[in-house]
Amino acid sequence: MIESFKQTWLSNLKADVLSGIVVALALIPEAIAFSIIAGVDPKVGLYASFAICVIIAFAGGRSGMISAATGAMALLMVTLVKEHGLEYLLAATLLTGVLQILAGYLRLADLMRFVSRSVVTGFVNALAILIFMAQLPELTGVTWHVYAMTAAGLAIIYGFPYLPRVGTSIPSPLVCILVLTAVYLATGMDIRTVGDMGELPDSLPVFLWPDVPLDLETLRIIFPYSLMLAVVGLLESMMTATIVDDLTDTPSDKNRECKGQGIANLGAGLLGGMAGCAMIGQSVINVKSGGRQRTSTLVAGIGLLLLVVFLSDFVSLIPMAALVAVMIMVSVGTFSWESIRDLRKHPMSTNMVMLATVAVTVFTHNLALGVFVGVLLAAMNFANKVGNILYIGSHEVEAGRAREYQVVGQVFFASCERFGAAFDFKESVDEVTIDLSRAHFWDISAVQALDRVVIKFRREGTRVNLVGLNEASATIVDRYAIHNDAEAVEKLMG
Amino acid sequence: MTEHVVAAIDGSSFSASVCDYAAWASRMLAAPLMFLHAVDNHPPTVEDPDLSGSLRLGARETLLNELAELDEKRARINREQGRLMLDEACRRAGDKGVSDARPRQRNGTLVDTLAEYESQTRLLVLGKRGENADQASGHLGSNLERVVRELRRPILMVPRTGFKTPENVMIAFDGSKTARKGVEMLAKSPLFQGVACHVVSVGADTAEHRMALAWAVDLLQQAGLHAEGTIRAGEVEATLHAFEADNNIDITVMGAYGHSRIRHFLVGSTTTSMLRNAHVPALILR
Repeated sequence: MIESFKQTWLSNLKADVLSGIVVALALIPEAIAFSIIAGVDPKVGLYASFAICVIIAFAGGRSGMISAATGAMALLMVTLVKEHGLEYLLAATLLTGVLQILAGYLRLADLMRFVSRSVVTGFVNALAILIFMAQLPELTGVTWHVYAMTAAGLAIIYGFPYLPRVGTSIPSPLVCILVLTAVYLATGMDIRTVGDMGELPDSLPVFLWPDVPLDLETLRIIFPYSLMLAVVGLLESMMTATIVDDLTDTPSDKNRECKGQGIANLGAGLLGGMAGCAMIGQSVINVKSGGRQRTSTLVAGIGLLLLVVFLSDFVSLIPMAALVAVMIMVSVGTFSWESIRDLRKHPMSTNMVMLATVAVTVFTHNLALGVFVGVLLAAMNFANKVGNILYIGSHEVEAGRAREYQVVGQVFFASCERFGAAFDFKESVDEVTIDLSRAHFWDISAVQALDRVVIKFRREGTRVNLVGLNEASATIVDRYAIHNDAEAVEKLMG
Repeated sequence: MTEHVVAAIDGSSFSASVCDYAAWASRMLAAPLMFLHAVDNHPPTVEDPDLSGSLRLGARETLLNELAELDEKRARINREQGRLMLDEACRRAGDKGVSDARPRQRNGTLVDTLAEYESQTRLLVLGKRGENADQASGHLGSNLERVVRELRRPILMVPRTGFKTPENVMIAFDGSKTARKGVEMLAKSPLFQGVACHVVSVGADTAEHRMALAWAVDLLQQAGLHAEGTIRAGEVEATLHAFEADNNIDITVMGAYGHSRIRHFLVGSTTTSMLRNAHVPALILR
């Protein structure tokens, strides 16, 4: 027990604490920016980030992953907040938590295997584009000061890490914020600051129950939002977990992560925070800064709260331009640039899946819909490709009297039309033999297609012999267990 | 599946005695010997982190490449070193009369690797501490306790002191179910053939204790072992250590972790404490 505690919490203590602090600093601007996207006070995002980060450190299934208030989730809440207010958002957050815990118990994380690589890339790109687009209101209809400040901020963020020594020991987004705030205070220029966007926390969060009527009407309002939030939250969390798995070359428990996300959202809702999920960018930053264990996540959450509560006067003075610069960095860092390069290398069908995911998401501002369309397209592509693995040949056994057809390959809904068209019903013969021993019938569509063929031959007065039907239809049953059984696979793929 | 004497080796100073005792056990049990080296390429601590907190263009891909490169370099060196150690171990076992020792190298942590080989393990021989452990303290290596808890096989824990052909064995016996099972296991095993077995029970000299002890001694004698029983009063650990010193004990045999994890967490465990202070090899039975 002590050993496993040491293993999960203390084995990388120094690096975990340092990276936790780096992440806490990087989380502040993001949490504020995402609150502003959702249309709530920065307080809501900051409390949420604290609560989610701390709870997921204990309840999550992927150590070293950072979860907090996120852009993907914030984008889904906009209309709910606009039409019904904050209290309904908190209620929706609680319901999201419940749905996610349920998903964890139903082991829905296993469904992630149906989400193809292209869909994940599309999701990530769409997210980056949405985060970037969310910054545009801050950059339209403003004075040149804002542009100058944002440009300076970006220059600091990307240039500072190249400085010797200090460059890699202080987070450059933080330097950007400090410098721009100092410039703003020194010049007193007329630009918007975080203080203008809403109330900042000046106390620790308190436990509270959302002030909404507990009736079906409330459920009707929040359920669609909660469902989308739960789906998007889990999608992004699972994708991020996979990314962290790859980066650190260690396994994670995805279903535990689902439950953890749910518990974290319940906690966030009860502490007056908005729903959140795992963050791709912050998790990458954490791994890069040396964070590996749960301690890094815990330190990030606690550090965030301490920084915000004690520095709230300072935080309200941060110019929005500085935040915009940070968010542009997040967006650029999130976007998968290689996917653009790969467009030329990858087959068209794969590119379509990625681009459709991006297009639908950017158009609807709903990542869940984008992923749904992407998964559907990918599945159709696959069905189409497998459907092409079908060959039907024939030879005359006895001139003008008997013909034998040989069916080799996969017969299912996507290929049964081709199957039906391959037989020559015009030929006048007494007897037709259809050899199915090297074919596979995957579903009822295939069986019906075969029935139709047999009936059509009979109507022409031709007798039909089916050979090997049993072997061919063995694949129809739902649990056709061939995993790791070389003989069975051999027989199946014959 | 053939059951091996599995000896876990690494670069620590314990490896030589692990090697010798493993060779001895392999001869006694007439079981093939396997040397196992776990190459752990993902140490939990991270060196030289980048604290800039910025995400540059394609940060994710770059980071993945960097981390993979780092691991790759480390893994190559580790594997090469491991091979040398395995060769050395096999050569040493050859000198001790076990010529067909099999070297095995696997990627992963020691605990996971041993668990993977559990079904092929008859006896596991393990050093008291690994190469990264702090040598000055009386600590057990970070792995040993986890291995003992996780594996359901007998484990021979070896201290750094050199090899001495076992002549006197002390069997710590408290009459519990685990202890009885341990004695039954020893009675069936050829490991201690021709070795003097001292079955020691610590506690009051009651009829009940004597009966339990007599059962153990009888069973061992029936199996053709030289066994005798002793009951001593006193505090468990100190008494056992005293007996050990008085009787030139070469190997201590004990049951592992008789109590629940919660109890262990609260009050500590006799097993851990015994192991920590052991100067002779300890055979831990499950």
